[in-house]
Amino acid sequence: MFGIAKSIAAAALVAALAFTSTAQAQEDPGPAAYDAALKGKRVILVPMAMGFDLAQGWATYIKREVEGFGGVFETRDPNWSAEAGAQAITEAISSSARPDVLVVHSPDLNSYAKILKKAQKAGIYVILIDNPANFAADAFIGSDWDRLGQLEAEAVIKGCGENSSKKIGLVQGDQVNASSLYQYAGIMKILDKHPDFKVVAKPDSNWDATTSRNVTTTMLQQHPDICGIIDFWDGDATGAAAAIRDAGKQDAIYLVTTGGGEKVDCDNLESGVFDAVVTTELHNQSRDINAIIKFLLQSGQPPGTSKTYIYTLEKATTKADLTPNSCWDLKALQSASK
Amino acid sequence: MGKGFSVLRADQERIVLIIAAVLFLAAAIFLPGFLEPSNLIAIIRSISVLGILAAGMAIVIIGRGIDLSAVAVMAMSVAWYLQMLGTRSPDWMALLYAVAAVLAIGLINGFLVAYADVPAIFVTLASGSFVFGFVRSQLINQDAIAVPPEHWIERLGRLRIEGIPSEVFIFFGITCIAFIFLRYTKWGRYVYYAGDNPVTARNSGIPVRPMLVLRYIISALTAFIAGLLTASSLLSINTRVVNSTLLYDIILVVVIGGIGLSGGKGSMRNVIVGALLIGIMLNVMTILDIPNIYQNLIKSTILLIAIIIDGLMNPRDEQTAQQGDI
Repeated sequence: MFGIAKSIAAAALVAALAFTSTAQAQEDPGPAAYDAALKGKRVILVPMAMGFDLAQGWATYIKREVEGFGGVFETRDPNWSAEAGAQAITEAISSSARPDVLVVHSPDLNSYAKILKKAQKAGIYVILIDNPANFAADAFIGSDWDRLGQLEAEAVIKGCGENSSKKIGLVQGDQVNASSLYQYAGIMKILDKHPDFKVVAKPDSNWDATTSRNVTTTMLQQHPDICGIIDFWDGDATGAAAAIRDAGKQDAIYLVTTGGGEKVDCDNLESGVFDAVVTTELHNQSRDINAIIKFLLQSGQPPGTSKTYIYTLEKATTKADLTPNSCWDLKALQSASK
Repeated sequence: MGKGFSVLRADQERIVLIIAAVLFLAAAIFLPGFLEPSNLIAIIRSISVLGILAAGMAIVIIGRGIDLSAVAVMAMSVAWYLQMLGTRSPDWMALLYAVAAVLAIGLINGFLVAYADVPAIFVTLASGSFVFGFVRSQLINQDAIAVPPEHWIERLGRLRIEGIPSEVFIFFGITCIAFIFLRYTKWGRYVYYAGDNPVTARNSGIPVRPMLVLRYIISALTAFIAGLLTASSLLSINTRVVNSTLLYDIILVVVIGGIGLSGGKGSMRNVIVGALLIGIMLNVMTILDIPNIYQNLIKSTILLIAIIIDGLMNPRDEQTAQQGDI
C-alpha cells in the first residue's frame, strides 16, 4: 500500500518537476533574434564636425545604445569640410571593417548623394540626420526645417507685436545648405499670411559669428526701426546679438534663432541674449535614430528599401517658458555615460 | 628698383585710394544711411580685427615672407586661453601660458624659415594646421568657447570712448606702433633691406636671420591680440574661423593696399587703405543685400586684379628671387 502511495507521490513529484522545468525552458525568442541581428554590428556617425553640441550629443546617445546591444560605434570628424566627410564615407565603404549602418549629417543637398548611393549598394544602411539631402536614404531623422522656419516666424511676429514697425531682418546661413534654404521657405510661408510684416534685409552669415555681427550692424544702421531678427543658427546668432547689444537695442529687437538646445541656449535665453530659440529635442531625436538603427538591422530588407522620414517635434522656447528641463547639458551627458 | 617715368607711374596705393573714394562717394550719394556717423564707425569697426591681422601680415610680407598660420594662431590661442579660464588656472596664469604658446609658435615659424631655410609658405601652412589640430584635439572640447561673464575681455568689448568701440582705437594704435617701428627705427629699416635683397642685406652686416624670427613673433602676437578683440565683441571665439576665408581676406587687404608680395616695399598706410576699401565694399554689398556667394566672387575678382597689377608693377627681381618666394 505504502509502496503504491510512495510511487504515486514520486510520480507526481517527477511530473511536477518536469512541468516546472518545461516552464523554465519556455524562452522568449525576441532577445535571441535581437542579439543575432545586432551583436557585433558596426555603426559609424559622420557629422559635419564633431566639435559642436548636437554632434557630441548624438554621439553620446548612439554610442551608449550601440555598445549596449554589443555593437561597435565609431565617429569621423570632417571638421566642417565636405571633402573630408566624403573621404571618410568612401574610406568606410571600402574598408575591411565595413560599417553596417552609416549615420550621416550632410553639409548640403548634393555633395554626398552619389557616395551614399554607393554605400547602399555595398549593403550599408544609410540614415541621414538633421540636414536633408537629394538622396533616398533608408531614413531621415531630424528637423522639418520648413516647419522650424514657420515656428521662428510665428515667434518673431508674436515678439514684435501688433504695434511694432513690423519690419523683420533675417540673417541666413548660406545658399546651399538645406537647413538654411528650407528654413527660409518656412519663414516666408508664415510671412505671406501676415502681409503687414516685411523682411527688410536678408544677408548671409555663412554660419560665422563675426560676419553675422557685421551684417546685423549694417542692417540696424539701415533700418533702425527693425522689431525682430531671425538668425538661422545659434552658433552665429551670438554675433547678431552682439550687434544688437552694441546698438543698445536689446529691449527693442526680438531675436529668434534655432539650435541644439544645449545649456548655452537656455543660458542665453535667461540672460536675454536670445528672446526665443527653436530647439532640437536631442533626447527624442537620438532615441529615434537608435530605434531606426535597431529596426533596419533586424528588418532583413536590403538597404534602400524603405524611405522613412521621422521629424522631431519642436517648439519655440522663450524665457517665460524656461524650465530646468528645457535644455540638455553636454557636460553632464558626457560624464554620465563615462 | 628705380623706374624711369616715376611721375606717370600711378602707384597701386593711389589707385586703390581713388577706387575707395569713388566707391565711398557713390555709396554716400545713392545709399541712404551710408553717411551716418554710426555707419562709418561700423565700417571701421568691421575692419579693425582684419586690419590688425593685416598689419602683422604686412610686416612679414615686407620682409619677403608670409604667415599662413595667423588665423589659426588667432583663434586657437584665444580658445585655449578661454578654455583654461573655465577649468583650472587663475587668469594671469592662463594668460601667461597662452602668450608663451603664441611666442613659441612665432619662434618656431621664424626659426624654421630663417635657420632651416624652409620656404615660409610651407612652414606656416604646416604650423597653422598643427596649431589648429593640436589645440582642437588636445586642449579644447568644443568649436566655440565662451568668455566667462564679467571677465576683462567682456569689459574690453563693452568699452566705448566717445561712442567709438575700443577695437577701433586698438587698430589705430597697432598700426601707429607698426608705422613708427618700420619707418623710424633701425630695426624697421632692416625689414625693408632684408625684404628687398636678403643676400645684400646679410653681406652688409644686418642680422637678417634674427630679424626674420622677430617678424614671425610679431605676427603671432598681433594675431593673438586680434583674437582677444574678436572674443571681446562676440563674447566667444569660434575656431571654425580657421576654415573661413579670413586668411585670404588678410592677404587681400595687404596686396590690395599695394604691398608687393615680393617684399621690400609698402607701409602701414597701404594696410589702412586696403582695409578701408574692403570695409567700404563689404558694407555697400551688405546694404545692397548681395548674397554671400556673390560677395565672395566680387572679392576674389578684385584680389585677382590686384595681384595682376602687383605682378605688372612689381615684377620679380631675377637677381634676388629664390625658390619658394611668393
